[in-house]
Amino acid sequence: MSSLHADGVVRRLGDKVVVDGVTLTLRPGETVGLLGPNGSGKSTLLRLLAGVLAPTSGVVTLDGRPLAEVGRRATARRVATVEQHADTQTELTVRDVVALGRIPYRRAWTPATTADEQAVTEALARTGLADRSGQSWHTLSGGERQRTQIARALAQQPRELLLDEPTNHLDIQHQLDLLELIAGLPVTTVIALHDLNLAAMYCDRLLVLRDGRAVTQGTPAEVLTPALIEQVYGVRAQVTHDPGHPLIRPLIRFLRPGARDGSPLERRATSDAPTTP
Amino acid sequence: MSVRSLLLTVGGPAALLASIAVAVTIGPADISTGDVWASVAAHLGLGESALAPLRDGIVWDLRMPRTLLAAVCGAGLAVCGAVMQSLLRNPLADPFVLGVSSGASTGAVAVVVLGVGGGAVSLSAGAFLGALLSFALVLLLSHTLGAGTDRVVLSGVAAMQLFSALTSFIVLTSADAETTRGVLFWLLGSLTGADWGQVLLCTAVLAVVLVVCLGYARTLDAFSFGDEAAAGLGVRVARTRLVLLCATALLTAALVSCAGAIGFVGLVLPHATRALTGSGHARLLPVTALTGAVFLVWVDTLARTVLDPQEVPVGVVTSLIGVPAFVAVLYRGRRRT
Repeated sequence: MSSLHADGVVRRLGDKVVVDGVTLTLRPGETVGLLGPNGSGKSTLLRLLAGVLAPTSGVVTLDGRPLAEVGRRATARRVATVEQHADTQTELTVRDVVALGRIPYRRAWTPATTADEQAVTEALARTGLADRSGQSWHTLSGGERQRTQIARALAQQPRELLLDEPTNHLDIQHQLDLLELIAGLPVTTVIALHDLNLAAMYCDRLLVLRDGRAVTQGTPAEVLTPALIEQVYGVRAQVTHDPGHPLIRPLIRFLRPGARDGSPLERRATSDAPTTP
Repeated sequence: MSVRSLLLTVGGPAALLASIAVAVTIGPADISTGDVWASVAAHLGLGESALAPLRDGIVWDLRMPRTLLAAVCGAGLAVCGAVMQSLLRNPLADPFVLGVSSGASTGAVAVVVLGVGGGAVSLSAGAFLGALLSFALVLLLSHTLGAGTDRVVLSGVAAMQLFSALTSFIVLTSADAETTRGVLFWLLGSLTGADWGQVLLCTAVLAVVLVVCLGYARTLDAFSFGDEAAAGLGVRVARTRLVLLCATALLTAALVSCAGAIGFVGLVLPHATRALTGSGHARLLPVTALTGAVFLVWVDTLARTVLDPQEVPVGVVTSLIGVPAFVAVLYRGRRRT
């Protein structure tokens, strides 16, 4: 039984087609990775799924109802988004930021209910931020900020969580910390990622986009093949199958056609040489 | 936390009432404090005034409306400033950022200098119409440009420049020295002409706009991380922006048409208040209304007494206090980037 579902969604921006007929069905509880080069439409697809952007054609449904019909507030109680990079000029504590997640539940002119307070406290505990709740947002590190945004998303009590390259600005330790946290959450997750190995480790299923189109989808082992990586990213890679998940090793040396058998040194020599047709 | 809340909810209104009570006793006419309060009490239906009708009029028809208009203007400008700063995500936004004050000036000048409306339209009405015209232009312009936050601000700047130029042009080409002086005084912001009609009008508009803005308090919180994040929290961004811009423009237009463009209250007071309340709008908006009101009551008292018998336009005093505060805001912003 599908909850959030995209059916042939298309999004145009001027005369450019950013997302071109993508269909995605989410099964409850799974983690779906969105892969693809920069500009392949990952962020736009996430925004379509969150309902903050309307599809030019096609439809995104939540429990069978189009998002436009469900309404912005009701959608925000079900689907939460964590952006790549969030910042504010406002002076806010960690708890203030997490409490923003209750806005879809709040009524005008009324104070926060105990349910609101409880959801915020739980979200803080779940993300390991309970002892930081009074700290100022501006004093947090990049990893802690993303953690706070995830806590905010959890305070929305969503069933679907959409994350747009949440680990982009983080070092390897914090990338792993964050993905461990996300993988352990009891929600259906769609996560755009750049790192193929992290995607292989943490996702149940992958959807690969290129130029706005879905190239393929399936389990990491099915999807992450040398042929696909070369087709989508233009990079040759070696894929070994460790127990559990595929391990990708990009072969930088072979990046340039014509230097495939050369050493890095020779490759430089080749690229410095004048090109003759 | 709750002690602070109590202080703010009880202390704020108390400070405002005390400020008004004291400010109304200060003035060039030599009337004792007790007589002033007795006169006010008499008009409120309590006891008898000991003052002769002329001196009673000074208290009830000059000082009282003026003090109250100062309070309402201060409250309104501070609320509009707080809303604009959050909505446009710009710490330097103020109620005049959308060109409302410049449009009001042009409207006022058109009535006073050019005689538009043939005497049937008052300076205030002209200013009000000019303000709304300018705001409509900004909305139209920013809509055509794509309605993003910075587009709104840029459209406001454009309108501000245009209407300032028009005002200067009209004044320099058509007005005599006397009229120029009068207009200039009004442009700088002045509560000299306050009467009960203005107090009632501005209070009514303030009440309505404050209720609307408080209804949107959580929604304004949602804008902390930008339009996209607000949309993700279920906010209908375009509609919210339109409602709040219209509400604050309407209030600003009403205030400016009565008291001219009193600068800096709307820019500085919300920042000062955030330090007291934190940035949650459910607390920020009512408290900044109070701090704005108290501030302007005292600044106006200063403006009408410091060079007695001459009067300094209240806008000049707010700016003299406001500019150092403005620099402090910039300085704080510099630290964070």
